[in-house]
Amino acid sequence: MTIFLTITVIVLVFLVIFQIAKASEYVGILKGEKETRQQANKINGFLMVGFLVLGLIGLYWCDELLFKKTLLAHPSASVQGEKVDSILWITLVITGVVFLITQILLFWFSFRYQEKENNKPFFFPHNNKLEVLWTVVPAIVLTVLVIIGLRDWFYFTGDAPKNAMVVEITGKQFGWIFRYPGEDGILGKKFFKEIDPATNSLGLIWKNDSTLHLKDDPATHDDIVMEQTLYLVKGKPVKFIIGSRDVIHDVGLPQFRLKMDAVPGIPTTMWLTPKYTTEEMRKITDNPNFDYEIACDQLCGNGHYSMKGIIKVVSQEDFDVWMAKQKPYYYLAFPDKDPDNKKVDSTAKPTMAAGQLMNKAVAKN
Amino acid sequence: MSNEIALGAGAGLSTELASGHHEHHEHHQSFITKYVFSTDHKMISKQFLITGIIWAFLGGLMSVLFRLQLGYPDSHFYWLQDVLGKFWVEDGRITPQAYYALVTIHGTVMVFFVLTAGLSGTFANFLIPLQIGARDMASPFMNMLSYWFFLAAGLVMLSSLFVETGPFSGGWVAYAPLSALRDASPGSKSGMDLWLIAMILFVVSSLLGGLNYVATILNMRTKGMSMTRLPLTIWALFFTAVIGILSFPVLFSGFILLIFDRNFGTSFYLSDIFINGVGALPNEGGTAILYQHLFWFLGHPEVYIVLLPAMGMASEIMSVNSRKPIFGYMAMIGSLFAICILSFLVWAHHMFVSGLNPFVGSVFVLLTLLIAVPSAIKVFNWLTTLWRGNIRFTPGMLFTIGFVSLFISGGLTGIWLGDSALDIHLHDTYFVIAHFHLVMGVASMFGMFAGIYHWFPKMYGRYMNNTLAYIHFWITLAGAYLIFWPMHYEGLAGMPRRYYDYSSWESFKQFADLNRFISTVVIITFATQLLFIFNFFYSIFKGRKVTTKNPWGANTLEWTTPINPGHGNWEGEIPEVHRWAYDYNKDGREFIPQTEPVGADETQH
Repeated sequence: MTIFLTITVIVLVFLVIFQIAKASEYVGILKGEKETRQQANKINGFLMVGFLVLGLIGLYWCDELLFKKTLLAHPSASVQGEKVDSILWITLVITGVVFLITQILLFWFSFRYQEKENNKPFFFPHNNKLEVLWTVVPAIVLTVLVIIGLRDWFYFTGDAPKNAMVVEITGKQFGWIFRYPGEDGILGKKFFKEIDPATNSLGLIWKNDSTLHLKDDPATHDDIVMEQTLYLVKGKPVKFIIGSRDVIHDVGLPQFRLKMDAVPGIPTTMWLTPKYTTEEMRKITDNPNFDYEIACDQLCGNGHYSMKGIIKVVSQEDFDVWMAKQKPYYYLAFPDKDPDNKKVDSTAKPTMAAGQLMNKAVAKN
Repeated sequence: MSNEIALGAGAGLSTELASGHHEHHEHHQSFITKYVFSTDHKMISKQFLITGIIWAFLGGLMSVLFRLQLGYPDSHFYWLQDVLGKFWVEDGRITPQAYYALVTIHGTVMVFFVLTAGLSGTFANFLIPLQIGARDMASPFMNMLSYWFFLAAGLVMLSSLFVETGPFSGGWVAYAPLSALRDASPGSKSGMDLWLIAMILFVVSSLLGGLNYVATILNMRTKGMSMTRLPLTIWALFFTAVIGILSFPVLFSGFILLIFDRNFGTSFYLSDIFINGVGALPNEGGTAILYQHLFWFLGHPEVYIVLLPAMGMASEIMSVNSRKPIFGYMAMIGSLFAICILSFLVWAHHMFVSGLNPFVGSVFVLLTLLIAVPSAIKVFNWLTTLWRGNIRFTPGMLFTIGFVSLFISGGLTGIWLGDSALDIHLHDTYFVIAHFHLVMGVASMFGMFAGIYHWFPKMYGRYMNNTLAYIHFWITLAGAYLIFWPMHYEGLAGMPRRYYDYSSWESFKQFADLNRFISTVVIITFATQLLFIFNFFYSIFKGRKVTTKNPWGANTLEWTTPINPGHGNWEGEIPEVHRWAYDYNKDGREFIPQTEPVGADETQH
């Protein structure tokens, strides 16, 4: 019922506006074209300057209301993000000044030079000096921005420091899979045709396959795979190797001020140095529920909006404690190869040949 | 005096061929040949315009629907379910699938059907022959085909809304592999087939039109109309057409490869893919990034296809209504040319975070920020045109001023996003939405409104209602800023675009109130556009009649034609041109039409 009421009200408002508009047109015809134009001119000229003033107040008010809700209200969570912030502020100041000057001139000129009887418009078709001025000045300012921007860009996209830890992030519809290289520090080989969502979500190469020309890669055996939550160490650079299992996703890290696409078939990289632990950030943002969230920033299907991951930044000690508890993915898939289980099992097989034996077992099964 | 007699008398001029052709036609015009299968550029332009308005209405309505979801995520709109059905609205809430479909089709429709066909199609068709002094386009038949291909594209796109699995829902950019894999998303099934067919028909339409515009401008200018005497509208439309001709075929090739990947088992864009519920796909060796290159090679020039006509019309309307010549005519042409060239050299700035080689990225940063220079020239030239003028606030002029304001606001944030070191943070956030809606969407829309209000008297021999136009302008300008300005802040919070619901995100849920506010403004602003649509159609039939040939006191040639020009535009000979289009208030004379010979004692400039 309310919907019909709303429609009726809207139609009525339209009718009223229309009648007023029609009436004012008749009045205009009676008054004569010139006088109508002058009157309309006055009103619109006044509105021009009114819009300018209200607009500027609005900008200030909007900033008061919303600035504290942005990331800029708190320090960046990564060392790299600080550079992003600094170039952001430089760009903001430059574009902000230009914005204010040009908008004020635009609306002020519109108001100031509205049609009047005794106005003498100035025939001013061109002026080379002025034109050169506003070609050269923007060019110089932009050159400065380009230089600063590219310096930071090459820093962001350059090689990660040698001591960086490596984590692989893989996107899938609609979640994230993380992989740590394990004790050997090497991410073992994977192949997408080996993927089994239940036991081998990344397609790690655990067996020999002559038709696909695959050889069991021992480097995969200690890789640690997990979903949902990624643990990072405060102050330790981390290099992400990013990929996707299906369509394009994007590892968006708002608090770290960085993001990188996850493209199927083409690994991409991104590195950063976390500055604050999650706990510290909770205090900084004064939000006990705060978490670093990984937001997918590339439309990837109907569940795109729910493709969330969590990053926990912890101290090195906490990280080591946590890491010690993790089991390689290999052992989760093949519990019989797990040395922890072997202690109980007296028929333990030599670790070296575990891979091959496992393959035989799979083949027999 | 009937037009054909005049045309007969006018034969023997440079446009002999064209006039002879029309003479033959004008005799027996049925309803069908006059209004439906018309070859008159003025009628075709009106067909483009009205079809564009219908699409703008539908595209706008889609944005209202998805803003309902964003603004009121917890509300249940059962009445909407009764209207739209269960596919779109379930349990009173817009479904995620419907949300993504709406976002996608809104973008496609607005960019291509409204701001390309509706804007260029309307004003290139209408103004080119009238302002250069030609009786019609170089090929009126191709021109007609251009419209019919556009209409067909629209109908196919419309039909995709009604297929069982829904219209395409992978974003207007249709990135592969999401768009290439039927199993990746319901919207990528038959909805995507129809989307591709519609877009291919659209490319054909666009090329037929563009070739015609270029040929007409280069070959059919009246006597004395040298290139440097052309109004800036024509220059802008010329560059627009050139950009379209050079970039649309690349998009076309991208779509062809996509069709092959979808239907014929090729792997242009596909490699290493495992789809949940389907398993590993056989495709290997393709690259998803190739599609992005092909898409953005059109995609970026496309924003200038959308923007340049608005710039041209703004320049013309501003000069007429400031009663002053446009400042820096040659610089305006030069900057249009620079934008035209640079528009082809910046596409990869949409791909900074796609894994693009950082060095390649840095080249694109340089070229992208370079575009700010011609843009700055244009803005300062417009401001100087206003300076010491005698401004008449006609509705067209108001929208022109609004256009400049929005162009500044949206253009400056381009400097942010064109800088890869900032884009790596702001890419695909609401900051981007704010940027391109202001600079390309709403600004071009304002250019289109300005053009409609300014040339409506020429199109229909009547005026639109001024009071409604003023209400339309002020609410739309305020609405545009209220909607898109706060989105910059959402972007600075890292809030990603194209999310159906933010309530589960600790990082973004603080904007629930703001989203509700924005959605409310969207509804009001959309309602105001209905006022415009009403004004437009009402005025065609009932508007105040134009009584003089040149109601705005303008210099350009279209105002030398009869109030309701027939097919062929001028009765008698096509006027000869003796000067540029911008002699306003020169030597104490309010305006000097282009057709007036230069006097012996006139000052030089």
